[in-house]
Amino acid sequence: MKLITHNMLTSKCLKGVVTGYPLAINATYVKVTEVGFDPEFIGRVIPKLDWEVLWVAADSIGHSEGLPKTLEPKFEENEEFLKKAHRVLLEVEVEEGHLTCPESGRQFPISKGIPNMLLNEAEVQ
Amino acid sequence: MKMTAIMKLKVLQGHLQEVNGFEKPKIVYEQYETPSHIAAVALYTIQTQYGDIEDKLILDAGCGPGILGIGASLLGAGCVTAVDVDHDALDILHDNTKEMELTNIDAIQCDFLTQTCRWDKYFDTVLMNPPFGTKNNVGIDMKFLQMGVQCSSGAVYSLHKSSTRSHIEKKIKEWGLNGSVIAELRYDLPATYKFHRKQSLDIAVDLWRIHHTRK
Repeated sequence: MKLITHNMLTSKCLKGVVTGYPLAINATYVKVTEVGFDPEFIGRVIPKLDWEVLWVAADSIGHSEGLPKTLEPKFEENEEFLKKAHRVLLEVEVEEGHLTCPESGRQFPISKGIPNMLLNEAEVQ
Repeated sequence: MKMTAIMKLKVLQGHLQEVNGFEKPKIVYEQYETPSHIAAVALYTIQTQYGDIEDKLILDAGCGPGILGIGASLLGAGCVTAVDVDHDALDILHDNTKEMELTNIDAIQCDFLTQTCRWDKYFDTVLMNPPFGTKNNVGIDMKFLQMGVQCSSGAVYSLHKSSTRSHIEKKIKEWGLNGSVIAELRYDLPATYKFHRKQSLDIAVDLWRIHHTRK
């Protein structure tokens, strides 16, 4: 699971859960895979994200170094920043661990890099 | 391995032929494979005519072993998110991406129709070959389409039996969307099946492009 994916996952479909966001990450195995850097793409993706959630997620798995806590104006022109964002969004991957719903405590396992967000019928709103 | 959009159609199809399919397709999810030539022609058309793959943020909804997402990655997608309910299908996708050394595909196991994501208009492009919606799942193809449109800020590309064309046209109108068939394709059967009595397996398929109405 890349952090770009984590940024959009919620558990709000759970019965009794209002926002279910962000999910806390517990990682037992994190790996870094090289992905081709495309500054135009990264610059376009960043405005879609919740940056604070990304920062906290990166920090929780030990990869926030050099990453600004808040977005600066004209970030899309700052290549050094875009490279850091690229690394955190696409290259850092949680391979094993679990995600936890902030409201219900329900855990979602991550195995072989794939978070399992399936709910059973009794859990759905 | 990352190719560019100028990669020839035949080269793309050659790569997609290497993609492993379902090991044991599950009837409950209406799993059937997207043939490599259909995936290749569809993706090639989407990129060359609309430029909707290269550098784009893409969702492969109900991805199965991932042939559409993998093809999009080969054509230079920025990042591909692949979702499916079936763990076994995602396992095969995982092996496929490893073998092909594709690093910009990320998978989520979830029910696409039960929203577990904040992805309203999040993706540039949504790709899908939805379940046809037979017997126990009537209308599931339309639910996939509707959810796909919700997730996309650009266009949804979806494969449907040509026999459902007028039904889809009607639905798109009802939903206040724009859409058209941009390619007519055919499930080719291997020559060995030519005289098989199940000739009806030769199915005509439409590639739809559906998007929000521009003001």
